[in-house]
This record gives sequence, structure tokens and C-alpha cells, in this order.
Amino acid sequence: MQRLLLGIAILFVVSLLIFIGTEILPGDVAQAILGQGATPELLENVRVRLGLHDPAPVRYFRWLGNLVSGNLGASMVSGADIGQLLGERVWNTFMLAGVTALIAVPLAILLGLLSAIKPNSLMDRTISAVSLSLISLPDFLIAIVLVMVFAVKLSWLPAIANLRPGLDFFEVARMMVLPVTVLVFTVLAHMVRMTRTAVINVLSSPATEMAILKGVPRWRLLLVHALPNALAPIANVVALNLAFLISGIVVVETLFNFSGLGRLMVESVTTRDIPVVQICAMIFCTVYVLLNLFADVISIVSNPRLRYPK
Amino acid sequence: MKPNEPSSGLRYLLSELTLTPIVCLLVLIAIIVVVLFAPFIAPHPEAAILTDESFSLPGELMLLGSDFLGRDVLSRLIYGIRVTVSVAFAISLIAFILGCALGFLAAVKRGWVDSLLSRSVDALISFPAIMVALIVISALGSSIPVLIITIALIDSTRVFRVARALGMDIVVQDYIEAAKVRGEKMGWIIWHEMLPNALAPLAAEFGIRFTYAILFISALSFLGLGVQAPHADLGVMVKENMQGILYETYTPLYPALCIAMVTLSVNLLVDWFLKTTDAELPDEL
Repeated sequence: MQRLLLGIAILFVVSLLIFIGTEILPGDVAQAILGQGATPELLENVRVRLGLHDPAPVRYFRWLGNLVSGNLGASMVSGADIGQLLGERVWNTFMLAGVTALIAVPLAILLGLLSAIKPNSLMDRTISAVSLSLISLPDFLIAIVLVMVFAVKLSWLPAIANLRPGLDFFEVARMMVLPVTVLVFTVLAHMVRMTRTAVINVLSSPATEMAILKGVPRWRLLLVHALPNALAPIANVVALNLAFLISGIVVVETLFNFSGLGRLMVESVTTRDIPVVQICAMIFCTVYVLLNLFADVISIVSNPRLRYPK
Repeated sequence: MKPNEPSSGLRYLLSELTLTPIVCLLVLIAIIVVVLFAPFIAPHPEAAILTDESFSLPGELMLLGSDFLGRDVLSRLIYGIRVTVSVAFAISLIAFILGCALGFLAAVKRGWVDSLLSRSVDALISFPAIMVALIVISALGSSIPVLIITIALIDSTRVFRVARALGMDIVVQDYIEAAKVRGEKMGWIIWHEMLPNALAPLAAEFGIRFTYAILFISALSFLGLGVQAPHADLGVMVKENMQGILYETYTPLYPALCIAMVTLSVNLLVDWFLKTTDAELPDEL
């Protein structure tokens, strides 16, 4: 319950900071909409229409109230209703992120465990060298190489993932292969390295040593003794890596022309469509905060000492 | 060799050089030369259109062929490396000075100073970094100073946490107590006692921040929100030549590979440095 309140408080701060960031920073919204050639009268008109003359706190609460009541407002550039802009895209992006997480998380935990079993073994050194290299690569390098090989040279997969309504499942699946693969690569490496550290930390604890002395077999030690204790740090690792997933999503959606929230946000930043930027940022940040909160809950549930506070 | 014998530190490091760090160092030295002397190395000016053929094949005039506008890819790479690396260096330097100063300050002062700084950092960290950057760019527009300050600020939160954690460990040592008893000033203690003792992990952290800054600025440029048109950095070059993929050219691959070369060298060097010095960075959490 306390965590929940904390989460709401954090979301509140997040919304406040997004608002401050977009509205109070010295950029002039009216100028941004009308461009440099606007006459003073036109600028004044727009300012009045948008209510820019009200004091900042008033504007903030009006914005927040609209947001909570689901009235998202209209895009400044196209005039389209933001709710409608979002619909499909939110779903597409969640699908992209969800499929990526479903593949990347178990794979990362498996690889992290494999390299933690015997630190400095050949397996460990290979995994750590590969993951270090992957961390160093920009997201788009992996994407370019995959597109060059699988889309251009071999023509197995489409080079863009232009999801439209009316596509059947297999067409969508084919389009999703490359974007998901790129995203898995970008989040996997960090997760593997951090999982490895977390498991090694648990394995060096007195409890594990005791288990070794009792003669518990290696696999049992890992799965029954170490993994449950490593669950909390691993959940944290996964939540932390969501930040990489989010920036990966923004890049990958742009690269593959994927109709999702990330590309919408980049386009809106380019055209300085502030209301759309605010909503997109709010959605990304809310998901990020909620999942971090969820990781906290997992670490409490999996740790009896935290479950029953004194 | 124990890490607390700093007098022979450099000589020890040199004696432990193996093939990988030597190669990385050579790459980095080459990069520094390119950054410093780009106009003398580049065969052509960065913006000169030399042919009306886009994505022409490598030839004698242009060693790596031409880009989508018919400009020399090699020359643009050389200038691009210069922009990307110097911007990233400026970012990490500012992030470092800010993060270290505040982090150590929090560790020494504790109390409300620490609470205030830590809570502010927590608030910034509750955003994914890319969101902070996009929000600021949407409000202020994209220019090199805006980019440098924004990313440096985002990066400094991480440096702050590392410096604070390191500082907390150092501050309880006897020599700090001794310095306090001697009546040394706060700034003196941070500069003469804390900084030297945290130098090895901080150097490693600087490397990591630097690669992070390179990847971040390249990603923003790739999105069209980073370095703007007349200048070219490596991310912009990837973006503007992406269509070349469909003509089976390797043009967008070259700048991406340059980025990877720099970041990989730095990361491998940091990895080797951490192993040989036994220095440890505080946990990521």
C-alpha cells in the first residue's frame, strides 16, 4: 500500500517535471507553432487561444485534469485528436516491447546463470566478451547489418515494418522479426551482465557456502538455492534495462518505419508538437515507473525479511 | 601489487599491457589525431559535392565512394568523427565535474545537503534518459550547446551516484578524520584526500560515461534530433545515407562502424583497466 502511494507520488512528480520541461523552459510555444515569420498579432491570438497567459500552476492543473479525465486534446500541428493518434500506435508499441521482453528476459537470465555457474570459464569469458561488444554497438548498427543481410541480400524479410490495419497474423509476424531481433540484442547484453553479477553475489553468500558444504548438487544449488535469492536483484536488473528498451524502441521504430508511440514522439519533437510530446512522454514514463514499482514488489514478495517488516 | 601502492601505478599498468589494450590504445590515439587534425587529413572539404552520382563505388578520387549527395564519404567520416568525439568528450567532462563535485559534497556533508541532492537525482532518474532529452529538445530545439548541457546533466546523475558511493566509503577512513582534526577545509579534503583515492574507479567510470555519451548523441542525431544539418556527425551520416541500403551500398555502415570502433575500444580498455587495477565500481543499482 505504501509502495502504491509512493508510485502515485512519483507519477505526480513525473507529470510535473514533464510539464515544466515542455512549458516553462524558455521556448515560446506560440512561436514554435507559427514559425519565425509570425506577426505579433497572430502570436498573441494563439497565446490567448491556448491559454498561455494563465499562470503556470493553473495551466498545469488544467492539463493534469484533462489528462486524468481522458481528454487528451488535439495535436498543434495537424489538429488531429490525440486520443485517435494514439490508439493503434500504443497497441503496436506494447506488442513490440512485449514480444521483445518475452524473448529477452528468459534468454538473459539463462545466459547470466550459465556464465555465473563457473566464473572465468570459457563459457563465461565468451558470454562476457560478446555482451561487452554488444553494449558498445549503436542500436542502428545491428539493425543495418540485419537489414542488409536478411532484407536486401537474401530478401527473406521486409526491410520496413509498416503495420497497417487489415494485415493478417503472418504478415505482421514477418514484419516484426527484424525489429524484435534488434531490440533483443540491444537489451540483452546489459541484462546478461547484471544478472551474472547478481547471481555471483548470491553464490558468494554464507547460505550458499553452507549448501555447498552440505553436498547439494551444482544444478540444485543454482536453481533451488541461488535463483530464488537472486530473483529480487534480477527483477531490478530487468526494470532498469527498460530504459534501454525505451530508447531502443524509439530508434527501432524510426528505423523500420514502425507505426508506434516512439516514432510518433520523434515526429512530434521534430515538429515541436508539444501536446503530443507531453502525452507520449507521460505514457513512456508511467510505464517505466509502474514496472520499476512492480520490480520493487517482486523483491519484497521474494524476500521474507522484507515481507514481514519488524 | 595492491591497489594502495599508487607510486608504481603507471609502471604497473604498462607492464600488464596485453595485445587487446595495446590495439585499443592505438585506435584511440588514431582517433585523437583525427579529431585534432581533421582538416589536414581529409582529402576533400566535408561539404563539397564532387560528383552528381549518389552512392558511387569506391574509386581513386573517393576512397570510400560518394554519399547520397555525391560528397566524399571518407572526408565526411573524418569530420564526423571529429564532431561526435568532441561533443561526447565535452558531455562526459561536464557530467564528470558536476557529478563528482556534488557526489563528494553529498558524501562529506551528509544531512540535508545529501538528502536534497539524492532526491533530485532520484527524480531525474525516474525518467528514461531518452525521454528527458526528447522533452528538452522539443522545448528548446536542437543545437549543440543544448545537446551538450542536457546529456551532461542526465549523465551527471549516474556519476553523482558513483561518486557518492565511493565518497561514502572513503569518508569513514582514518585519514579523512585526521585531515578534519588538522582543520583542513572541505574543498581541500575533497581535492587532496578523496579524489586521489577514488581515481581508479572514477577513471573507469569516465570511460563508460564517454561511450554512453557517444551512443546517446549518435542515436539522437540518427533520429534527426541531434547535431543539425551543416555539421555532420556520425549519427547524421547514418541517417542521411540509410536509403543507400536499398541500392546495396555499404555507405551507412561506415559511420556506424566508426562509432562501434571508438566505443568498443574504450569499453575493452575500461574492462582491462578494472581487472588489472582491481578497482571496483559500485553496483549498478
